[in-house]
Amino acid sequence: MAASAKRRRGWRKRLGALARFTGALVIVGGLYSVFSPSLYAQEAEDNAIDSEVVKGQELYDTSCITCHGDDGEGIEGRGPSLIGVGSAAVEFQVNTGRMPMAAQGAQAPDSDYPVFTEEEAEWLGAYIEYLGGGASVPDDLAALVENADVGEGGELYRVNCSSCHGYAGGGGALSSGAHAPALTGVSDEEIYQAMLTGPQNMPVFADNELTPEQKADIIAYVQYVVNDDRDPGGVFTLGRYGPSTEGLAIFLVGMTALLLTTLWIAGKS
Amino acid sequence: MKRRNGSNDSLLTKAGGELDDRFKLAGPARVLFNKVFPDHWSFLLGEIALFSFILLLLSGTFLALFFEPSMVEVTYHGAYVPLQGVEMSKAYESSLDLSFEVRGGLFMRQMHHWATLLFMASILVHMLRIFFTGAFRAPRETNWMIGILLFWVGFFEGFFGYSLPDDGLSGTGLRIMEGMTASVPFIGPWASAALFRGQFPGTDVISMIYIIHVFIFPLILLALITVHVALVFIQKHTQWPGPGRTEHNVVGFRMFPNYVMKQVGFMLFIWGVVAAMAGLFQINPIWLFGPYEVSVVSSASQPDFYVMYLDGLIRLFPAWEFRVPPYFTLPAVFWPAIAGMGLSVLLPLVYPALERRFTKDRGHHNLLQRPRDNPGRTSLGVMIVVFWVIGAVSGGNDVFAERFHISLNAMTWAGRIGIVVLPIIAYYMTYRICLGLQQHDREVLAHGLETGILMRDPNGRFYEVHQPLAEPDEHGHTELEYNGWVVPKKMNRVGALPPTDRGFFKSIEEPSDNGAARDEIESGKH
Repeated sequence: MAASAKRRRGWRKRLGALARFTGALVIVGGLYSVFSPSLYAQEAEDNAIDSEVVKGQELYDTSCITCHGDDGEGIEGRGPSLIGVGSAAVEFQVNTGRMPMAAQGAQAPDSDYPVFTEEEAEWLGAYIEYLGGGASVPDDLAALVENADVGEGGELYRVNCSSCHGYAGGGGALSSGAHAPALTGVSDEEIYQAMLTGPQNMPVFADNELTPEQKADIIAYVQYVVNDDRDPGGVFTLGRYGPSTEGLAIFLVGMTALLLTTLWIAGKS
Repeated sequence: MKRRNGSNDSLLTKAGGELDDRFKLAGPARVLFNKVFPDHWSFLLGEIALFSFILLLLSGTFLALFFEPSMVEVTYHGAYVPLQGVEMSKAYESSLDLSFEVRGGLFMRQMHHWATLLFMASILVHMLRIFFTGAFRAPRETNWMIGILLFWVGFFEGFFGYSLPDDGLSGTGLRIMEGMTASVPFIGPWASAALFRGQFPGTDVISMIYIIHVFIFPLILLALITVHVALVFIQKHTQWPGPGRTEHNVVGFRMFPNYVMKQVGFMLFIWGVVAAMAGLFQINPIWLFGPYEVSVVSSASQPDFYVMYLDGLIRLFPAWEFRVPPYFTLPAVFWPAIAGMGLSVLLPLVYPALERRFTKDRGHHNLLQRPRDNPGRTSLGVMIVVFWVIGAVSGGNDVFAERFHISLNAMTWAGRIGIVVLPIIAYYMTYRICLGLQQHDREVLAHGLETGILMRDPNGRFYEVHQPLAEPDEHGHTELEYNGWVVPKKMNRVGALPPTDRGFFKSIEEPSDNGAARDEIESGKH
């Protein structure tokens, strides 16, 4: 009696465990099918974009997730949430080599050797855009810049940009190790993306502050003055940091040359 | 020139005679031509300032032909595309036209600016030479003071010139000066209002500064320079100690032809260096700064280097405001800017008197001192140089921070601590170095030169053979008196080894055969 009851209880126990396991599977599977299939559901509608999103997510999950967390939600103390930053921000940060960031610091330094190709940056951008939308560069940027007013751009540059990037885009220091980088060798897209999204310590210049046309004016000015300028007045620009390098030059070049001359002249007696 | 037949009838002589008959020039000219100047490279530093000043007068006159000191608002329609259609003052517009549309205008402008920097830099270097060698001592204290005044008049002359083009950087500079002026207790706001005829920036300041810059201050500079050079003539140039040189004579070369030739050559060389810099290095690209607007302040807005240490002091000084509410606020900028500048004028002016008082040295000095022989003064000078350099670097600390990837806050704190601590360390180190050099001089005079020949005596002791500099006296001592000049430290200086080859860059002598002789000795063929 006692033995059969014992056996029955063991059998029931096993059956209950199986039922609980099946139930758990159903719940997990159900939850999964409720939350996750959107990814696959859209694939049918637009294959091209979605494959970009998928590729972007793959890259994200291997290179960005450590700091920016699952699905771009951000991790407290490591990296901000990327939901809503848009593809412009992603492409700027990735194409200039600022992201992925090698180490936490005052600011991500730019690099001439970005980790991802421009195509991969587009995938990442598509994935982040997919997560929560956000700003992107207008398709007719080239036309906008073509028709831009350089003089107007100069005035806007001096009012909005020169206090950090310097009067001629040489860059400048900000507090506690942060800095505004030099604007040499930047593309139209990068300038636009930076204004639109305010990377690192830069403020955001949204379209209600500077219209796309005004942004294009600024781009035209920066390209003219910083990157295409023939630098009237000398072979060497002394870095466009203003008078501090000029002061160095007068001692290192002028004074040094003339001190050697005094030695030469006095040595000729 | 070779005289024909030894007669006095050559054309030059005749012309000279005719001139002398009319203007009685022979007497003064003879005195002038026979005036003697001692020769040393460090005596040529003041000339750099003199000749760059002449270049400043010449290039400045050219610029004045095209510059219009007016703050009337105009719209730019000139050659520089990024500024077309921009509202600006007439002063800025004419500076742009001067740079882009006047033939050679930009070159002249850059030459004027580089010559300014060279003028101020050479005044500083010249002043250091005077200070470290004690050339300011009696009877030349007045000339030292005139030199200090020259620096400060040049300082403001340069600052006003920097302000004239009315570009973004000049306006920012003027704004800072306005702030400094206004910080003076009680009179500040009134002084500022008087300077700008009301609220900054007003509409008159450029034309006012213009007259100061092209007329009043150049006149003062010219007068001071004339007195400065005349005093060098009257009081005679100082000289280094040496054979036949005393406190009461001058040994050197005649003004004519030796000195005149050197000076003319040097002048042309200086102008050449300035012209080369003006052609190679862009300076003050005003077209990039844009017209001055009160709301626009670019990063890396720095003054020229000679103002930079004051800018640095302002950056380093803590924000300590002194308030007596509701009457009175003394802003923090007053201490570094106004008090700092006041001390920078006053202390150098009274330094010769202070040194006289503390050393009780009231003698008449024509002989210079080697820096090592007056360690107190030398260390003080190095201390001030270190202070100045830290101030100047801090004046550009944002550029340093950006370029070398240092935190700007770290730069500021390093400057704050450094400007207090480093001058003291510099004083101590310089003092020790001076004493060490003195001691080594005395050691060589007492025991002779180090020959580099090492000997070992039978006890196994190693020692270096010394070459005494004098015949031993009856006690076998070879002690010589230090006479304030270079003590030979190498065997070739006393003729025991062949002298180093003379010549600049390459030898101007026939190679001596001592080398061959030495090889022979070493290979044992001798």
